Amino acid sequence: MKARHKRFGLIAVGLILLVIATVLITKSFKSNLVFFFTPTQVEKGEAPKSGSFRIGGLVENGSLKRLPDGLHVQFKVTDTAKTMLVEYKGILPDLFKEGKGVVAEGKLNAIGVFEADQVLAKHDENYMPPEAAAALKAAKDAKAKEDTK
Amino acid sequence: MKNLDTKTSINWLKYASPKTFYPLAGKLIPWCVIGAVGLIVYGLYIGLFVAPTDFQQGEGYRIIFVHVPAAWFSMFLYLLMAMYAGLGLVLNARLSYMMATAIAPTGAMFTLVALVTGSLWGKPMWGAWWVWDARLTSELILLFLYIGYFSLQAAIDDKNRADKASAVLALVGAINVPIIYFSVKWWNTLHQGASVSLMKAPAMATVMLKGMLVMAIGFWLYSIAVILIRVRCEILERDSKAAMFNLGL
Amino acid sequence: MQWHSVNEFLAMGGYAFYVWGSFGITFGCMAFELWLLKKRSQRIAQAVKQEAF
Repeated sequence: MKARHKRFGLIAVGLILLVIATVLITKSFKSNLVFFFTPTQVEKGEAPKSGSFRIGGLVENGSLKRLPDGLHVQFKVTDTAKTMLVEYKGILPDLFKEGKGVVAEGKLNAIGVFEADQVLAKHDENYMPPEAAAALKAAKDAKAKEDTK
Repeated sequence: MKNLDTKTSINWLKYASPKTFYPLAGKLIPWCVIGAVGLIVYGLYIGLFVAPTDFQQGEGYRIIFVHVPAAWFSMFLYLLMAMYAGLGLVLNARLSYMMATAIAPTGAMFTLVALVTGSLWGKPMWGAWWVWDARLTSELILLFLYIGYFSLQAAIDDKNRADKASAVLALVGAINVPIIYFSVKWWNTLHQGASVSLMKAPAMATVMLKGMLVMAIGFWLYSIAVILIRVRCEILERDSKAAMFNLGL
Repeated sequence: MQWHSVNEFLAMGGYAFYVWGSFGITFGCMAFELWLLKKRSQRIAQAVKQEAF
């Protein structure tokens, strides 16, 4: 056996061990690397009970409103299964829209409303001109109409 | 002994010797430079003038034309560097180590560009310059791996030992690349999923995609040119006495 | 062509700072890398010359 083959074997074995170790480590880290919790996860008690954490989901259509004090906004975050009420004071990002993704950081208050200190917009990976988006939406609406008939 | 062994027995690795590689690289560089300039200019033209506005992000999405190619090459160049480093360890080939050394700065530069342009994109769209989600964090780790790679080389005086130690680091760190790539799938991240992948049809209008791909090929040719120039510097620096005679300088 | 005027092009729909900042940093970094390499090549050429004579 040549020295070169020996080195190659050693490195290959080393790399395989490394891959196994990383898979195990990432598996165990999986729950800690979560950037946000969905309303369903919060309901199930997977989010931290005290202290601040992040929730993520879609802004429910028609749920965004400004509170009477003029400073706070209120909206509902949904993962289509469960919904959470969020209150926030501050500037909303450009991409914050009803029906679009959102991640909010803050904590739950006594009455179960999520008081956010920071609201981030989470957009999807689709890029297209506005006309194409409009055409796509029209086609989708038409199909939905067809389905309900 | 080992060097003698590799030189005499493997003539299929003719271009693996610095002496034959040096002039070959010199011939390739001008073509890569011309191609890179042409494609980047063409990519800029598509990205800034031809590609339409995005339905969600308006004109702000145009950052994609530099951010995504830079992010791709930050990862791809790391894998290439790790591959050459591994090849260096297996064959004990000096040119492989030199290639790995030459790739690192360009990879680090693209990682930095991906992070900074991403930050400039995140602020207006997400509402934050930086978040500690899995995608952004693992990309930052990539930058630290590159920095670790060349600081380790600089820290060890004996070139041979420096090559070997940093090669091990490069190989170990390579595991971070799939973590970056799949982070948006494996974990809940603020960063959106991949718009372009081999698994599905691209989630982008064709012109936008074309601009991005042209730009990416331009960045690739730029990388090849810069790496070849640097590897020539590396060859001359490592043994300029030998180089003088061999290259007739 | 997407633009009706030069100003509209430069304004980038209000994202001028972010878009031009990104493009500037990208090509600035690439130019800086090339400049560093040029300096290095010149230094080596100098050293090789000195060794030769």
